[in-house]
Amino acid sequence: MSVEPRVLVFACTYCAYAAAETAGVSKLQYPPQIYIVRLPCSGMFKSYYVLKALRSGFDAVLWSGCHPPYDCHFINGNYKARVRATLLKAYLKQLGFEDERFRLEWIAAGEADRFALIAKEIVENATRLPKLRFIEYREVEVK
Amino acid sequence: MSKAKIAVFLCHCGTNIAGVIDIERVAKEIRRIPDAVVWDHRFLCSTDGVESMVNNIKSSGVDRVVVAACSFRTHEPLFQEALRRAELNPYLLEMVNIRELCSWVHEGEKEKATEKAIRIIKAAITKVRNNKPLERKKLPIIPAALVIGGGIAGIRAALDIADAGFTVYLVEKEPSIGGNMAKLDKTFPTLDCSICILGPLMNAVAQHPNIKLFTYSEVLSIEGRVGEFLVKILRKPRYVREDLCKGCLICIAKCPGKAIDEFNAGLSYRKAIYIPYPQAVPRIPVIDPNTCLYIQKGVCRICEKLCPVGAIDFSQRGGVIEVRVGAIVVATGFEEYNASNIYEYGYSKYPNVVTGLQLERLASSYGPTEGRLIIPGLGKEPRRIAIVNCVGSRDERHLPYCCRVGCMASLKHTWYVKHLLPDAEVFIFADEIRASGKGFEEFYRRIRQLPKVYIVKGRASEVRGNPNGTLSVRAYDPALGREISIEVDFVVLEVGIVAGRGTEAVKNILKLGVLPSSGFLLELHPKLNPVETAVDGVYICGAAAGPKDIPETVAQASAAASKVITLLSRGYIETQPYIAKVDEELCSGCRICLTVCEYNAIKIVERGGRNVAYVDEALCKGCGACVGSCPSRAIEVLNLGLKQVEEMVAEILR
Ligand SMILES: Cc1cc2nc3c(=O)[nH]c(=O)nc-3n(C[C@H](O)[C@H](O)[C@H](O)COP(=O)(O)OP(=O)(O)OC[C@H]3O[C@@H](n4cnc5c(N)ncnc54)[C@H](O)[C@@H]3O)c2cc1C
Repeated sequence: MSVEPRVLVFACTYCAYAAAETAGVSKLQYPPQIYIVRLPCSGMFKSYYVLKALRSGFDAVLWSGCHPPYDCHFINGNYKARVRATLLKAYLKQLGFEDERFRLEWIAAGEADRFALIAKEIVENATRLPKLRFIEYREVEVK
Repeated sequence: MSKAKIAVFLCHCGTNIAGVIDIERVAKEIRRIPDAVVWDHRFLCSTDGVESMVNNIKSSGVDRVVVAACSFRTHEPLFQEALRRAELNPYLLEMVNIRELCSWVHEGEKEKATEKAIRIIKAAITKVRNNKPLERKKLPIIPAALVIGGGIAGIRAALDIADAGFTVYLVEKEPSIGGNMAKLDKTFPTLDCSICILGPLMNAVAQHPNIKLFTYSEVLSIEGRVGEFLVKILRKPRYVREDLCKGCLICIAKCPGKAIDEFNAGLSYRKAIYIPYPQAVPRIPVIDPNTCLYIQKGVCRICEKLCPVGAIDFSQRGGVIEVRVGAIVVATGFEEYNASNIYEYGYSKYPNVVTGLQLERLASSYGPTEGRLIIPGLGKEPRRIAIVNCVGSRDERHLPYCCRVGCMASLKHTWYVKHLLPDAEVFIFADEIRASGKGFEEFYRRIRQLPKVYIVKGRASEVRGNPNGTLSVRAYDPALGREISIEVDFVVLEVGIVAGRGTEAVKNILKLGVLPSSGFLLELHPKLNPVETAVDGVYICGAAAGPKDIPETVAQASAAASKVITLLSRGYIETQPYIAKVDEELCSGCRICLTVCEYNAIKIVERGGRNVAYVDEALCKGCGACVGSCPSRAIEVLNLGLKQVEEMVAEILR
């Protein structure tokens, strides 16, 4: 097993994910430790997804969406994401997670270079972080 | 081996994918999954590739498909069609982008790219297991449209839609249609007489069998969705019966009421009973209740006595009527920015400072002076005229944007002056003249060559009144490198334009987006969807959607109309399949999801004595804001369920 960091990116379909695809078309290189999950909109923000990712072994999570104020395809999902992400950030801090574990970024569909840059940065930062260790817990079946 | 359930197709994309990712190794890894069968193809999107895909799906009896290739954006429809042909529901397909998101961005790291491809394909397999067959529902469309605003934009859109055979309800807040174009004397760059080209269209609207015209009316509320909007229209009382009035206008003659004439931009007075201008459509007067002696003081009724057909009806109270339409066009136009806000130009302080629209009325043969250019209030012809451009426009303190018509209007206004008063001198104060439209530069040259026309390069800094009644216009002239001051007896301000209060009212009713600096309505996409809005079935055109001249307005109006016609003639709408779904067992009816839904797609219904959320699939756009907001995990978007996302996340690193 490699000890390289793994980073999960939640990307909205219309901006951040499109930027990632454009980065591909432009052959902008970034580390392969980045994994992307496409969501319709950053407004689908669910803290649980972030926690689940960290619990599953990802070292850092990036939540990405369209630039405020007007880029969001769904009117203002990015604002909804921002509100919830801010709360989550405070919560993660209380739980003892390092600040670099979770990041929120706005990336427009055309900002392929920005996507690649952030991808590099976040992997680099994650490399300096210790591996997460969780104490045993009993999973609560919610559904 | 267990029976294969999931077909996985790996595309080489020539060397685009296979040049980096070791397809053989990927196939080997995926084959370890008991319920997966794997095929690879050099070009899966080729006719041969798709053909083999259809055959393999059919012969292997799989019930889910994963395609690891390129972008869902370009290729999902093609592969969905393959599933359809193989008699599988197309939403049982999951695409994994191992090209843009993998081979192309990790070219130098073949080993790791291959490992990554395996992981993301596995995650997709995990997800697709819980995909459900989805369908797009067909919902009916009411074959009628609402057009709000009866300027040239609304007129053009209404005529186009009506000509296609659909019913159009055209709502105009003023007593007549025509909008701002009716106020113009001539139109640049051709100098066509404005009302001569507008008038026939206004009459065509009045006579069109498919257009129901509601003037002096406003939209009160709009509910529903694309295909089925319920519209409430307020009909203000005219106090003149439209069914009886013959338009003889005898009633107006003896009316003692007097009010500022809005149509003539405050340059003259009208009666209490009036039509805004001679070519008004409909040619039916209105009584302005604020100035009518009878309504205010209970005496007079002279119009009633004069009317030969008994059309005057003081008992009218107006009313609300309801119409149902499938689509809506918003064409509520623009207003001139309030020139008094730019105090340094002295508007409303000096009578000899007017706006561009006021000059249009002064030059118009049916204006306050019947086409004689005289200085309002002073009653004499001007001899030296300054035209000041960019009044409020391109100015951070007022309007940061360009009004797009001011430069050309200033040239046209110069022509008015020179046409009416050939000896007069005209000074245009402008940073530059923006003449980028068709025939514009030619028009600019034509005006520049007129005698005694001077273009001062420099924005006017001040208009100051002199004791003798003349005005001094000051500007910094960059060519001379110093400030200049020119004494004139008349100043025309080419004032910037803003979306009017009428546009704001409609924006609030329909919850449309606007640009904050100007209030102009926001399109769905500035390049690719210039007449659509974020609200399905609602289209925008004309100056309400941004500063525009008449040709652009007309083109956009026809574009909006053609969108409406396309929608209405299809006869139905298809819902998008990725809608939110409520688990009624888990839902506590807390209403949080209602507050985050921008599309009003969620309402509370009663189920077995409990209140639960319910999603209207015609309105839901599948954005998932409700998913994030729900504290009970009771709502999820179809085929991107909570469990699906979580399992995918966990699977990547398994
Ligand atoms: C001084 C000046 C000179 C110009 N000269 C030229 C020229 O020479 N050539 C040229 O091509 N362009 C010219 N233009 C631009 C031209 O006037 C516009 O392009 C055109 O009028 C835009 O038409 P419209 O229908 O979009 O808007 P408008 O003409 O503003 O019409 C909008 C209509 O909607 C109605 N309305 C608004 N809100 C509501 C509501 N809530 N409910 C119901 N009805 C509502 C209004 O009463 C109005 O009738 C000039 C503009 C100015 C200011």
